[in-house]
Amino acid sequence: MHIPDGYLSPTTCGVFYAAMLPIWTAASNIVKKTLKAKQVPLLAIGAAFSFVIMMFNVPIPGGSTGHAVGGVLLAVLLGPWAASIAISVALVVQALLFGDGGITAIGANCFNMAFVLPFAGYFVYKLISMGAPSYSARRVWAAGIAGYIGINVAALCAGIEFGLQPILFHNAAGQALYCPYGLNVAVPAMLGGHMLAFGWVEAVITALVVMYLQKQAPDLINEEDD
Amino acid sequence: MKIINKLWIGLAVLIVLSPLGLIIPDHFKAGSAWGEWGADEMQKLVGYVPQGLLKISSLWNAPMPDYAFKGWEEKGLPHLGFAYIISALLGIIVISAVVMLIGRLLAKKENQ
Repeated sequence: MHIPDGYLSPTTCGVFYAAMLPIWTAASNIVKKTLKAKQVPLLAIGAAFSFVIMMFNVPIPGGSTGHAVGGVLLAVLLGPWAASIAISVALVVQALLFGDGGITAIGANCFNMAFVLPFAGYFVYKLISMGAPSYSARRVWAAGIAGYIGINVAALCAGIEFGLQPILFHNAAGQALYCPYGLNVAVPAMLGGHMLAFGWVEAVITALVVMYLQKQAPDLINEEDD
Repeated sequence: MKIINKLWIGLAVLIVLSPLGLIIPDHFKAGSAWGEWGADEMQKLVGYVPQGLLKISSLWNAPMPDYAFKGWEEKGLPHLGFAYIISALLGIIVISAVVMLIGRLLAKKENQ
């Protein structure tokens, strides 16, 4: 889901940088009020986890590859705003150091994976786990379903961003200037891969880690703010 | 053991296992992620390389492109797997350091 340089027009990239600015500002303002100093190491581990889990490419045999993001897990444990900051850092380092995701597309990639993904996942998790005690199995299910939905909504956004390019930007000969595939190809391709394969990886990882933490560190699964 | 230390150990395990993210897709003959093709692949897929894409795609030269050392593209899986582990380690060090810094700056008030 890491959109490379050149697949989105400079205008599209600008729009998403502009969209991320107020989100990053709000995230730092909110995290300033809510993040406890003792949670900082967990946030760092969360960002590192998201980074490394994205390196585990999962194949669709004979087809494309994809990966989990781990972002819904961060949102469940630390809240969506803190998750947004942590995933953004991972995405910026991926783009700058490893060329994974374009530098012009950092805004769009952060919008999809560091905003839409943790917030959609967090919303679903809160909805399903509402009123459930921290040790309940419902929280594990909620985390898994939230992981699946969060990454798929993010993939849908990426598909739409790709798919709008040939409609908006083409030369006189009708050749696309950036991503050549329209919505009819890009959306099913992005969503299909994630619904079929990568979304399940996100679901299982999110659910398993929540289950592990319920046993090992139940205070990390808080029910207070429900 | 404190949970934080257990989680760091978990990360270390993931670093060591990371080459699976190369080996398994290779085994199942899976290609690039959708929408992350290079110019050559694009030429094959759609018959041309979009002009704007060609111009912007080489804008940035990452120091370790595709989690490998520069010039290692043609090396075999064992080399790439090694570079992958180094990349995972390096990435985790940089990212956790940056987040620790941001976290300390933001969560500062709680300390005082």
